[in-house]
Amino acid sequence: MTEAETIARWVEPGARVLDLGCGDGRLLRSLWETNRAPGYGVEIDDAHVLECLRNDVNVLQMDLEDGLAAFADQSFDVANLTETLQAIHRQEYVLKEMLRVGREAMVSFPNFGYWRARIQIALAGHMPVSKELPYEWYNTPNVHHCTLVDFEALCGKLGFRILERVVLTDGGTVATLPNLLGALAVYRVTS
Amino acid sequence: MIVTSHKARFNEPLRLSSGAVLPEFEVAYETYGTLNAARSNAVLVCHALNASHHVAGTYADGPDNIGWWDNMVGPGKPLDTDRFFVIGSNYIGSCFGSTGPASINPATGKPWGADFPVVTVEDWVAAQARLADHLGIERFAAVMGGSIGAMQALQWSLDFPERVRHAIVIACTPRLTAQNIGFNEVARQAIMTDPDFHGGNYYDKGVVPARGLRIARMVGHITYLSDDAMMEKFGRALRREAPGYDFDIDFEIESYLRYQADKFAGYFDANTYLRITKELDYFDPAARFGGDLAKAFAQAKADFLVVSFTSDWRFSSARSREIVRALLDSRRIVSYLEIDAPQGHDCFLLDDARYHGALRAYFRNMPL
Repeated sequence: MTEAETIARWVEPGARVLDLGCGDGRLLRSLWETNRAPGYGVEIDDAHVLECLRNDVNVLQMDLEDGLAAFADQSFDVANLTETLQAIHRQEYVLKEMLRVGREAMVSFPNFGYWRARIQIALAGHMPVSKELPYEWYNTPNVHHCTLVDFEALCGKLGFRILERVVLTDGGTVATLPNLLGALAVYRVTS
Repeated sequence: MIVTSHKARFNEPLRLSSGAVLPEFEVAYETYGTLNAARSNAVLVCHALNASHHVAGTYADGPDNIGWWDNMVGPGKPLDTDRFFVIGSNYIGSCFGSTGPASINPATGKPWGADFPVVTVEDWVAAQARLADHLGIERFAAVMGGSIGAMQALQWSLDFPERVRHAIVIACTPRLTAQNIGFNEVARQAIMTDPDFHGGNYYDKGVVPARGLRIARMVGHITYLSDDAMMEKFGRALRREAPGYDFDIDFEIESYLRYQADKFAGYFDANTYLRITKELDYFDPAARFGGDLAKAFAQAKADFLVVSFTSDWRFSSARSREIVRALLDSRRIVSYLEIDAPQGHDCFLLDDARYHGALRAYFRNMPL
């Protein structure tokens, strides 16, 4: 199972999807093809915006850190944030905005509590570098790492309800000790 | 690409927003490419203040007269005339071929002058719809424009929702700000206080209010450029060795503005300029809907592409985001580009790879 398949399973047919940090729009493209879910991508990067248009995906060039002022309350069924949570500066604000605009939020991020990351810090004594976290500390766009435990604590603080969680490592789901054995976490939350 | 200018004549009166009636009128236009058998590949390009229906190409007898959007429209260009049938149409009230203040008023046999009515964006669009009928185009694949041209594209989507599949709205605003209107008023005052204006009836007096028109153009031109772009282009560079302590040209920017002003006053009509500034001031499609732009867009059926430029302070990106927000609220399909380019409002005329790449992709994915 992949992250995209997980999200596709959660998005109901015909749902309106807002994909934040949508990259080249491939998730929206596939949600449209598999679920007939019409979507909008929000993307700041010029090259990605162009790729979205080439992929025939509706894209809005905006900085999601400025909030989602362009979007009315509860105007989407789903607000999605794929592997972008760790790269933004205002986590609480963006998460709250997602659930203002969307009925549900889907959020995925690399798990900093994954055992390989823990070993690199604890034993090798350097910042983790992996498939999910391919950057060196000095060139990473990631600024706020978290673990499953951290994210769930934040959801608690914000009053969000976790509807579903899928934890993945190398394309397989992880059932036991997810915060230790999971490389990537995908959450479905609501307020 | 060698092109030819045409005129279509309409003898059915056109009732205008002001209540005035144009008993008959002509619309100047050009076309590029070929209308397909299904008549589904037509794109209407609307022009801005000082441009015309000469969008692309050159004339057989005017090889240096290149269309104003030649970098966007033509064979292999972002709006590819090998695939699309493109129409450039001159708005009514213009001085470039369509019926305007310098045309002959059939009631008097003399130029309209001051009697030519103030027309609005709605009136322009209504006249263009007559042209579309004349050309046998029921539905446009797209209506597009920048600045005032974008206002027309937007208005088309509201007034003729069934006739527009895509509206491409570049460097636009849903209404002028008080500052915008203020600049327009300076331009109007410059023209109307010129002794050669004669209340607008100067055609038979052998003069034109060139001084007023020059100042109007200078003010306008400053608003088309960004502070950064002007500083980059001219800086504080002097035209002479040292400051003259007189009122001849010291700075490069003064020389540039005077040159642009002279050029403009040589080809543009003051009565047209006056009317266009009014048309801009009045443009406010949300007004009929209690100021709610989303309610206005509830009439529209088109998909939208909205483009703004971050350095445009005349019609800023914030104004385009208002349009996008209203489109989203009314559940229209929209994509929005906010291009970080330094040249100000004039960016929409320039060849920026991101901007043109996006338009190219958008047109390529447009089904016919």
